[in-house]
Amino acid sequence: MHEFIDYIQSYLKTKDLTPGGDGNIFWATVYILLVFVGLSVAVIAMNWLERKILAHMQVRLGPMRVGPHGLLQPIADAIKLLLKEDIIPSEADAAIFWVAPFMVVLSAFTVFVVVPFGPAHAITDMNIGILFMLGVSSLSVLGIVMAGWASNSHYPLIGALRSSAQMVSYEVAMGLAVVSVIIMTSLNLDGVGSLSMIEIVKQQQAQGMWFIFKFFPLGLVGFVIFAIAMVAETNRAPFDLPEAESELTAGFHTEYSGFRWSLFFLAEYSAMIAVSSIAVTLWLGGWLRPFPNWLNGTTWDLVFSFFPGLTFLFFAAICFFNTVRMPKHPLFKIQTMGLAGFGVVLGLIGLAMFYGPVRERVGDIYWFSAKVAAFMYLYIWYRGTFPRYRFDQLMKVGWKVLLPMGLALLILTAGVGMRTELWAQVQEVLHK
Amino acid sequence: MNPPVATPFFFYLLSGIMLIGGVLVITRKNAVHSALALITTLLAQAALYLMLYAPFVAGVQIILYAGGIMVLFLFVIMLISIERTMKERQFNKQWLVGMIAAASLGGLFISVYTTSTKGQVLFPEGRMAYGEAQNTQMIAALLFDRSTGMYMFAFEIASLLLLVAIIGAVVMSKKRI
Repeated sequence: MHEFIDYIQSYLKTKDLTPGGDGNIFWATVYILLVFVGLSVAVIAMNWLERKILAHMQVRLGPMRVGPHGLLQPIADAIKLLLKEDIIPSEADAAIFWVAPFMVVLSAFTVFVVVPFGPAHAITDMNIGILFMLGVSSLSVLGIVMAGWASNSHYPLIGALRSSAQMVSYEVAMGLAVVSVIIMTSLNLDGVGSLSMIEIVKQQQAQGMWFIFKFFPLGLVGFVIFAIAMVAETNRAPFDLPEAESELTAGFHTEYSGFRWSLFFLAEYSAMIAVSSIAVTLWLGGWLRPFPNWLNGTTWDLVFSFFPGLTFLFFAAICFFNTVRMPKHPLFKIQTMGLAGFGVVLGLIGLAMFYGPVRERVGDIYWFSAKVAAFMYLYIWYRGTFPRYRFDQLMKVGWKVLLPMGLALLILTAGVGMRTELWAQVQEVLHK
Repeated sequence: MNPPVATPFFFYLLSGIMLIGGVLVITRKNAVHSALALITTLLAQAALYLMLYAPFVAGVQIILYAGGIMVLFLFVIMLISIERTMKERQFNKQWLVGMIAAASLGGLFISVYTTSTKGQVLFPEGRMAYGEAQNTQMIAALLFDRSTGMYMFAFEIASLLLLVAIIGAVVMSKKRI
């Protein structure tokens, strides 16, 4: 028992080391569970937010019945899905039909092994981090094609074929944009780049800028290419042809129901979070707070470390504001109390985040999550505003616009990087 | 010090998965099932690369073959009629030649593994000093470094070969270019 406690505590003494890097099995398990729970909560929250935000964009109210402002709607939906009958069509290829949703979910969740929420807040740090993320997330399309084929039905098959064509087209442009960032990581003194997610963020701090601003406008162009390609990769509007409901009923998951369908849903949203976190890590400085080098020093650290707590207090204030505005009818009594209780919980979490040791540890997670949340809002915004592409337009954007841009970007980044490096060497010679 | 991840248990597990997958690839009548067995085999192989402390090779294996198998999948869906192949008898007229070839290759492997020259075996036991944390950088140095880069020419020639294959496919399929 004593040894076990020592084992647990030994990791806490290390700083800036992930549990995987330390080889500590206990903390790695804890982190895996935390990421899993956090992701599930984020998907539930996304479900509610998407319906609410879309509704407000279309001048509707959205879910209002279950809980105050429909806050409990996702939970009601989840219970409904779990209680639904699970149907496997009689003509379907049962084994593949059964495996496909798990394949999609596994690939969507496994990528979070290397997502860096902070210098020490990742399950592990791999030497091939970004390659691992791209590779494993590309396995999800296999699951989609399997689902579409195994359903033995026309709409799913067409959806699956569209999905595979789309993924193949956009993965190329996406990869080129990623490679341009990998080149940028090597522009340091020893000239060694890295694929590791944590090292990429550390390089952004060392080079004094987020890679979106590096070699302006090259970094920005790479970011835009990635931001477009990642929407296509996750089959979201305006690239949601594989599940275009007006043409294909529901696309590749038409024949799925109940729990299996909810697995596809879960996978779609966690894949969105995964690609957003790639974008945040590569271009937007990952866990770094705004201006880590310019506004440095303990005072600024203290000021920025208040943000997580203040955010939660702000949410709590919104809850209290709406508690006051709830209808005064006795039927709404329980809902009003529930909303007030939710506000109190949020407020307590916010207050806890002002406590010194907590404040130091949640800062990086907060900034990472805030940046990812901005991307999540963008996804909803796209869905609310852009009409869907036609398939030939989709192919045209992928092959005739993004791919040449990506190639040009890669060559230009390499050229400008070479120039900078040569210039540094010339300076060194001149100073001697 | 942490125990090594690459224990014999995992080696035998992964090798078993690979062998079963490989056998399924050639015995299944349904071509989609064959493709899935093939991706299982290739993923197990990627895991073996991880056991050899070569994460970069494993990552590249996953990326390349995930896309490759998907294209294979599409070929199966678009070009092969599954109903017809299910009824077809699998031709096995050359099983004797196949058995002899497989047995001789297996015998070669076993003999290479067991022979010793002057008391030295080809695969001595022992633990290698591995550079897992620098794997990508080491491969890059082998390819492109001025002093140690010895494989660059072979690497570029291989990519040229693929380019020739692509151009050939386009020339053969397009009547007017």
